[in-house]
Amino acid sequence: MFWPVPMYLPLLVSAVLALTAPWAARRLPPRVAVWAMTCAAVVAAGTWVTELAILAFTAVGQVPLVAEQGPWSVRVLAAEDPVSRKFAAVCAGVVLLLVAGLTVASWRRGRALIDAWRECRHIAAGGDLAVVDDPVPTAFAVLGMPGRIVVSSGMLRLLDGPERQALLAHERAHLRHRHHLFSLLLHLTAVVNPLLRPLERAGAFAVERWADEEACAAVGNRRVVARAIARAALASGRAAKAALSATGGPVPRRVQALLAPPLRRADGVTAAFVILMATCCASLAVTAHDTERLFEAAMHAYAAAPRLRTR
Amino acid sequence: MTGGKHGQGEARRRARGELEGEVLAALWAAGRPVPAAAIQEQVPGAAYTTVLTILTRLCGKGMVTRQREGRGHVYAPVDDRAGHAAAGMHSLLDEGGDRATVLARFLSDLSPEDEQLLEQLLRGD
Repeated sequence: MFWPVPMYLPLLVSAVLALTAPWAARRLPPRVAVWAMTCAAVVAAGTWVTELAILAFTAVGQVPLVAEQGPWSVRVLAAEDPVSRKFAAVCAGVVLLLVAGLTVASWRRGRALIDAWRECRHIAAGGDLAVVDDPVPTAFAVLGMPGRIVVSSGMLRLLDGPERQALLAHERAHLRHRHHLFSLLLHLTAVVNPLLRPLERAGAFAVERWADEEACAAVGNRRVVARAIARAALASGRAAKAALSATGGPVPRRVQALLAPPLRRADGVTAAFVILMATCCASLAVTAHDTERLFEAAMHAYAAAPRLRTR
Repeated sequence: MTGGKHGQGEARRRARGELEGEVLAALWAAGRPVPAAAIQEQVPGAAYTTVLTILTRLCGKGMVTRQREGRGHVYAPVDDRAGHAAAGMHSLLDEGGDRATVLARFLSDLSPEDEQLLEQLLRGD
């Protein structure tokens, strides 16, 4: 009687959001896509964990020691609970696992970010650039205060003037727009909910595309940026032939996107994101409210009928 | 979007840091000692005096050496002979897992098909 909305609806809506977001974000310009995907990931993961916690609490609330704190009637709670106690207990276990997983993942990512910063702090930098004398072409940006771009001399010698400018503008865009934090959020949400893993990958790609578009704005020529990426990728591929190349794919897609005209704003897709996220939050609010009413009823029953107190 | 966020001073300071990076990048790209004028050509939109100032500052930091050649000076980046920096960088990149993923890398690895596709794209360019 307390559950006009199915308890599982928030889980369902968050799953729909998680699975459609990577597909929808492809239709958005990179900057909007990254924001939309990160917000969607946070809402979906947050809804998932909160709903599991709500379900779990209906079981935890039936533990006599916990019920005394209310105080509420365990019998009424057990009778009105829409989910079986066993299922709710499983939810409690999953929530504990998720919290543990999130803690481990945060600690490891945090450590990795600090290690990278420590390692690169020692390289002498001119302005925001640290050059490493190494023939293998590499370039990356390291988060810090301020952040730093690390490029190998092999990479710098490979590119001409405008291409070098494109490379530096790309890495600066990562630092200026705090792309590391978007990646971190996308990673942690994917740890919480494995359904969000495709979204993490799509987000990582969109972050690179965002930096590519910023480089285009800085250099003023999309073809130069496309050429810089293609040439650098081909050269580093040959240099690191012996090393395994497990993950392929994104680089040609980046180059193709740069050779094509930039994506226009798609307000319909953005609106769809907002509507889905709002539905997610609303369904969660409804189940939270229903659970509150369930506990209120159990508390009234406890206050009205003291004989129920024993159990 | 980003224009109004930074104050005038911060924008200027950032631009100077960026210019310093670009001068250093051009110096490394040259691969041999070059005069300041050659660097200026490689850094779009920088005045000659600005390039000279930046080169002097880089010399002061010990990152660039200046030698007399003919009537003027030539500049060269100071290389890290012990290779400490390169070793540190490789340890970051090779470790894989979280340590490699937190670096916002310019490029991911290529599969053989990717290479073919890229070569086609470059030829079409």
